[in-house]
Amino acid sequence: MKANVLTRATLVVTLILSAFPIYWMFVVATRSNDVVGMIPPPMLPGGNLGANLERLFATEDANFVQGMINSAIVATTVTLSVVILSSLAGFAFAKLRFRGRDGLLLTVLITMMVPLQQMGIIPLYMMMVKFGWVGELKAVIMPFLVNAFGVFLMRQYAIQAVPDELIEAARVDGCSTLRIYWSVVLPAMRPAVAVLALFTFMQTWNEFIWPMAVLTQSNPTVQLSISALNSAYFQDYTLVFTGTALATVPLIAIFVLFGRQIIGGIMEGAVKA
Amino acid sequence: MLDVRKRSAASPAPPAEKAPRSRWSTWFDLKAVPYLLVSPYFILFSIFGLFPLGFTVWVSLHDWELAGDRKWIGLENYTELLQDGEFWNSVLNTVGMFVLATIPQLILALMLANALNKRMRLRLLYRLGVLVPMVTSVVAVAVVFGQLFARDYGFVNWLLRTDGLDWTADKWSSWTAISVMVDWRWTGYNALIYLAAMQAIPRDLYEAASIDGASARRQFWQITIPMLKPAIVFTTITSTIGGLSLFTEPVMFAQGDVGGGSLGQFQTVAMYMYESAFRHFEYGYASAVAWMLFMMILLVCFFSFVFTRRIGGDK
Repeated sequence: MKANVLTRATLVVTLILSAFPIYWMFVVATRSNDVVGMIPPPMLPGGNLGANLERLFATEDANFVQGMINSAIVATTVTLSVVILSSLAGFAFAKLRFRGRDGLLLTVLITMMVPLQQMGIIPLYMMMVKFGWVGELKAVIMPFLVNAFGVFLMRQYAIQAVPDELIEAARVDGCSTLRIYWSVVLPAMRPAVAVLALFTFMQTWNEFIWPMAVLTQSNPTVQLSISALNSAYFQDYTLVFTGTALATVPLIAIFVLFGRQIIGGIMEGAVKA
Repeated sequence: MLDVRKRSAASPAPPAEKAPRSRWSTWFDLKAVPYLLVSPYFILFSIFGLFPLGFTVWVSLHDWELAGDRKWIGLENYTELLQDGEFWNSVLNTVGMFVLATIPQLILALMLANALNKRMRLRLLYRLGVLVPMVTSVVAVAVVFGQLFARDYGFVNWLLRTDGLDWTADKWSSWTAISVMVDWRWTGYNALIYLAAMQAIPRDLYEAASIDGASARRQFWQITIPMLKPAIVFTTITSTIGGLSLFTEPVMFAQGDVGGGSLGQFQTVAMYMYESAFRHFEYGYASAVAWMLFMMILLVCFFSFVFTRRIGGDK
């Protein structure tokens, strides 16, 4: 079926609606507070970005630079861990034989369905108090080092992407299981690993409820910095929007570079958000 | 699945001239290493996922406060909760926003997927376009929408000529604004899921229907929708889980306050749980809220599942 005019119009309108709030965010971030009350609202960027950034970095209670650095550390660590541990487990579930394999896999599947993170937030917090981790980055890293979804995704991919013959051949050549993982399985799983990494990074970067519970404003993630800005200076739109825009830049960079893979991941049913 | 030709674990070690490995290390490699590979997941998951979940039950049966003072009170938290007007208010808000956001969202996603499925130039651009909202953080989205819906000089009020309307003031208006945020973020994602399912439908089904004289509309309802059933079930379940545990959007809409407006007009259950735990420090009570939320999610998921299976055209 070819697209008619109506379809095209629908899509163009959708495109505009999708992009507008983000565009608007950048427009306001580049202007001064004169935009407040401007009728009609301005649609083009102004020249005030530098001044806004300076004000942003000077706003001590938002701790924005620290927030950006912390989020980068947390998201990178979590992504590396999820990718490595999920691909190891996924490989084992897909290609190795061991007693209890199917039962263990079933527990992974069941836990995938449960919104565990919100359900267990109170005991998790109590644990952090006990460990003395409240306010430290460990508290927002450790609980996210693995997830059931990653294991499942890696297993599904390994089943079809890694031929048994290849593993067999490597064994005959005397490779150990770990060596097979490193030299045969991991290279074959690169596309799925990339998708998992992208999504884990974005998800961790965007995490809000748990950092809000367990971190403090003196050592925040970037989402907490935005939240602090927004509650203290919500009249100062340009300041808040500059922070918001800056925190969105890494995500937009990922999207521009890897958008195609992300779409592929979603459309292959690979990705749960 | 497993290749039947795969050498069984008990078979002899590889030829010695190629790999001089001891019997023991072969045994270790084949029998123990698989467990070592899956164990980090299970260990970390048990500590940070399973244990907190189970422990929530235990905490919910206590009067458990900040300092760690606790007293066993059985089901008292739950009986109190059932008579708690604030809790029911949050249930009403959550379900209200869930319905208000999810139904239009899934219908729009379906229409959008249908449009994206047509042949045209710039396909990738459109697909990327509908996904743009998903890559921004919820916090960022909520900040921007909070401003768009602002009472004074807000973009929406300017557009609708409703100057001075405070969108946070009433249930209907705050629910609408929050639902718009949710839908803006998720419609494109769901559309891509539907699109993927649509592309998997065999083309000859449509060709046969065309020969039989079925209109495009009829084809959509009689072929596309029934074939999309698994995707519809999937998106309904994920939207249900996401919708019922709604937290970030309404919190940011209230400038970071978990109370959900002056009268709690948009406080969700997740926010009420957070408020009980981290503002009032009533861990036991908050844990009971967490379990009620969990039950609610299971229940609604079950009904959504049954419902979507039906509309999917079990004829």
